[in-house]
Amino acid sequence: MGMTLTEKILARHAGLDRVEPGQIINAKVDLVLANELSAAVAIGVMRGMKGASKVFDRDKIALVEDHFVPAKDAQSAKLAKLMKDFAAEQEITHFFDVGRGGIEHVVLPEEGLVAPGELIVGGDSHTCTYGALGAFATGMGSTDIAAAFVLGEVWLKVPATIKIVYDGELQPMVYAKDLMLRTVGELGIDGATYRAIEYHGSTVDRLSITGRFTMANMAIEAGAKNGIFHADEKAIAFVKERTNRPFIVDRADADARYERVIKIDVSALEPQVACPHTPDNVHPISQVTREDVNVDQVFIGSCTNGYIEDLRIVAKILEGKRISPKVRVIVNPGSQKVWMQAASEGVLTTLAAAGCAVNTPGCGACFGGHMGTLGDGERAISTTNRNYVGRMGSPKAEVYLASPATCAASALTGKITDPRVLELAGV
Amino acid sequence: METALRGFVHKYGKNVDTDVIIPGKYCNIIDPVELGKHALEGLDPDYTAKMKAGDIIVADTNFGCGSSREVAPIAIKGSGTAAVIAKSFARIFYRNALNIGLPIFESPEAVDGIEAGDEIELDPATGVIKNLTKGTHFKAAEFPPFMRALIEAGGLVPYVERRLAEMA
Repeated sequence: MGMTLTEKILARHAGLDRVEPGQIINAKVDLVLANELSAAVAIGVMRGMKGASKVFDRDKIALVEDHFVPAKDAQSAKLAKLMKDFAAEQEITHFFDVGRGGIEHVVLPEEGLVAPGELIVGGDSHTCTYGALGAFATGMGSTDIAAAFVLGEVWLKVPATIKIVYDGELQPMVYAKDLMLRTVGELGIDGATYRAIEYHGSTVDRLSITGRFTMANMAIEAGAKNGIFHADEKAIAFVKERTNRPFIVDRADADARYERVIKIDVSALEPQVACPHTPDNVHPISQVTREDVNVDQVFIGSCTNGYIEDLRIVAKILEGKRISPKVRVIVNPGSQKVWMQAASEGVLTTLAAAGCAVNTPGCGACFGGHMGTLGDGERAISTTNRNYVGRMGSPKAEVYLASPATCAASALTGKITDPRVLELAGV
Repeated sequence: METALRGFVHKYGKNVDTDVIIPGKYCNIIDPVELGKHALEGLDPDYTAKMKAGDIIVADTNFGCGSSREVAPIAIKGSGTAAVIAKSFARIFYRNALNIGLPIFESPEAVDGIEAGDEIELDPATGVIKNLTKGTHFKAAEFPPFMRALIEAGGLVPYVERRLAEMA
């Protein structure tokens, strides 16, 4: 019996010929990630470990200031400083301060710190994003991250794999985000718990790397341990432009064992919306727009949809127009590099001229931290990944999740709007 | 984890996510007691006012889904809550709870057989859950052997210290 893509990567990192779902392994890690929140707790745990004065490899740790920065208050500044001081003390190679990084999951691939076949753990649940490049990547809590900091290895239970095959041509204004919302809706928020998701099919073969980041990113929204794509020529080219480090491109065996195979025909797929208050409460947009759903805030950004490709889609829809006077639109480019690219292309000016507030990169608005927190009774449509009660601020607020195109269309009208309507209207 | 735990039950539904266990705005707090003041605030703002130290949370499936924030189990523990019983736990929360020493028990039967306000007794060593109010008892799922060894070693930190000594 052959192995899935996830099983192959795990076996190699555990020094084993093969692994089986359910098996507990001790695996070497290629990179350990933390942000200032997960690092603050992890550093405290590491300080309390006997014999743990140094990290296992200063080149294999990435520390990114992104959640409460630029510091929201003195307490947040304290955590940011704690991580910065730790990075200096341990001589960490890959430390990203404000203005030089951005959102961790946008920054790491951009900086060539992720390659196919690698094993990456991070103190953030959306670490699974790196599966887009054919890496095994999973999120963990701070104590596990502290252990990985000093040991360079983690214990893992080998997950069974769910194979999802997408076929068909996506309609105009339908994107990877819609595919993934549809997928989370089908699986349910615990439908892939303790499982790997392996993405297949002609539709995802045609997706850009950005689209694959969006899809791998939201594997956790179905409870999955990781979500992974096979690294094809596009993925290999993306990585080789950013690093000279050698890497191994794995392929699932033809006779790999999958716990479940799901086939999704995308040719008739509409834009999708996750309604309050769970990411699996997903409906086609035609159902959601049967009644007017007015919004107070539109948010564009995050590790799900903060890439240059996403901002270009929004700019194309908003170009030469003004957003509805009823809404505020907040845009957070995913990283400093995305911000600079968007600036050089005129995307930021287009967005600002339309009435959007363009912020510096960061995670703040997505998790209700700062820079776009919702108040009581407010409703938002957002390109982010979660819409639990209180996720973006007040527990009395509502969050709808959608693609950048759907969010941009909604920004023009002040209510949740099908972007295909704009397309038909020649907008 | 030797002594039995005894307390009154607060019962919740399925998919109790980390955003309601400890809302994002508090995630820049490190102190467990301070975090504990906001435990479950997004789900039940009265929780910390009505609970007493030693009380037990009982919930349906997928407890702790969402973010990897370790402050979620830390906040529950910091509030004085003694343990969580659920039909199932989300993956990262499960690891985090064990790593920080919040006792968790998986038992669908116990969840169905316990109501809010019941007084229950838990034995972490055997996984036996007694409903003292109703006079019934249940047995939680056993931890897999590797996890049991980790727990018996005193958690992940002593395990890491031993691995470091081996690697030295």
